[in-house]
Amino acid sequence: MSTPRPLTLIVNGEPRALQVEPRTTLLDALRERLDLTGTKKGCDHGQCGACTLHVDGERVLACLTLAQQAEGRRITTIEGLAGPDGTLHAVQKAFLAEDAFQCGYCTPGQIMSAVACIREGHAGSAAEIREFMAGNLCRCGAYPHIVAAVQRAARALEQETLA
Amino acid sequence: MMDFSYARPADLAAAGAALAAGGMALGGGTGLLDLAKLGVARPVAVVDLTRLPGLDAIQVSETEARIGALVKMSRLAAHPAMRAALPAVGQALLASASPQIRNMATIGGNLLQRTRCAYFRDAAVGSCNRRNPGSGCAAVGGVTRGHALLGVSPHCIATHPGDLAVALVAFDAVVETWSPNGQRLLSVHDFFLLPGATPGQEFALAPGEIVTGLRIPLAPVARQARYVKLRDRASYEFAAASLAAGMSLGVDGRIADLRLALGGVATIPWRARSVEAALIGEHPTPAAIAAAAALAMREAEPQPDNRHKLALVPALIERTLTDMVGEPA
Ligand SMILES: Cc1cc2nc3c(=O)[nH]c(=O)nc-3n(C[C@H](O)[C@H](O)[C@H](O)COP(=O)(O)OP(=O)(O)OC[C@H]3O[C@@H](n4cnc5c(N)ncnc54)[C@H](O)[C@@H]3O)c2cc1C
Ligand code: FES
Ligand code: FES
Repeated sequence: MSTPRPLTLIVNGEPRALQVEPRTTLLDALRERLDLTGTKKGCDHGQCGACTLHVDGERVLACLTLAQQAEGRRITTIEGLAGPDGTLHAVQKAFLAEDAFQCGYCTPGQIMSAVACIREGHAGSAAEIREFMAGNLCRCGAYPHIVAAVQRAARALEQETLA
Repeated sequence: MMDFSYARPADLAAAGAALAAGGMALGGGTGLLDLAKLGVARPVAVVDLTRLPGLDAIQVSETEARIGALVKMSRLAAHPAMRAALPAVGQALLASASPQIRNMATIGGNLLQRTRCAYFRDAAVGSCNRRNPGSGCAAVGGVTRGHALLGVSPHCIATHPGDLAVALVAFDAVVETWSPNGQRLLSVHDFFLLPGATPGQEFALAPGEIVTGLRIPLAPVARQARYVKLRDRASYEFAAASLAAGMSLGVDGRIADLRLALGGVATIPWRARSVEAALIGEHPTPAAIAAAAALAMREAEPQPDNRHKLALVPALIERTLTDMVGEPA
């Protein structure tokens, strides 16, 4: 058996020291060791997107990433999205405004994916949003509201940069 | 998931040594970790290649594209020079998996992805010659909607699931590898192995050999090539059938060069040479295209659930070539 080994992860701007077995995924390390349960486990096989977070600013799946692979990288989870004073991110506000969820289980992954989708420049039209949000499944079928929320957030962020 | 050790070698020599000692290579992990959780892959030692230096460049010249094995799918898909020189590659990548997976997965790992055959992926299924040589094939007589019709053997009918590889086969890419014995270049046509009697041997790689990159010749026919993927849902799904196609016409209006490769219907990415041969030198008339497209599945061996692909594939070829004739570059 491989014994747990020390590892430092940079999560939401803070270095976090922990001991994990090499096989521990980033998802399990965050949820089980660091009590950051905002990142959800849906399928655990890369199929649903519930575990989406950002590594070095890019959206990836925490369930198919070993915690070891993320060593030295900047990890951002849903817990790190709002401002230090608690001001919600434009995408979070838009999900509330558009009622873009039902049970809410897929929502953290949807929001992290949407933040990246807009940043990548893939939120130009409803069709483009549907294609570039395809990696996030919603079992409640809130898709029309999710697309509306991404469009609303993209507009808000565009206005922010113009202002 | 089985317990394993984890190493992150700093250079090829160290990686080679770790693999020679029984390690399994790790790229993005989107294939290996998935299969390890299923108990289908059973790594004892995982060797993370992703921080090896020098394997993440994309270089595009007039005549050739060189792509490092550690380049991520998303980066290659977005590369402007690559999109201009060989649009089918970016199209195949953007039609693959999801944005998240494309940000994680490496080109090397992508080439080495395993079949999505449900019987292969279920470790509780005893009969799988690919996983467990000599045990039989549970897919034959099972649910076969996604299984192969071309390149099959009595021992295995699992479909090759990749999209990028189909474009690579259409345009005669070359795979670069490294092992302690040195560097090797092998044609993508020799890289993927037909199942035959040994479906467990899927790639022409020696144990521990590392894929370091790809070279793609940039023939004129590549410039207006395209990748068309048919799926059971609009996105984020493996191919029901897919086609990489490149065509160039001579000054006389006849087809001068034609490249056609199929995905989703064969055990390896499948070059449709009989269709190419029937059309090269001909005028691309609707009748000629239809007659040639019908040849694509002549050698097919369908299963009860995938017979619809006998018509789907010729229709895909016919529609795509007709579109290309209508919109010349
Ligand atoms: C939900 C889902 C949907 C998907 N949909 C599609 C799709 O529509 N189309 C498609 O084409 N693909 C699809 N894929 C597959 C995906 O493209 C592959 O999993 C991915 O490309 C593998 O790359 P990786 O770097 O993550 O490989 P890894 O998982 O790290 O490795 C894969 C294999 O290659 C070996 N390996 C990796 N790198 C090297 C190297 N440099 N040298 C030697 N051996 C190496 C590993 O040991 C392992 O056996 C999907 C995957 C998932 C999970
Ligand atoms: S939990 Fe990671 S994709 Fe479903
Ligand atoms: S809101 Fe319930 S799964 Fe999406």
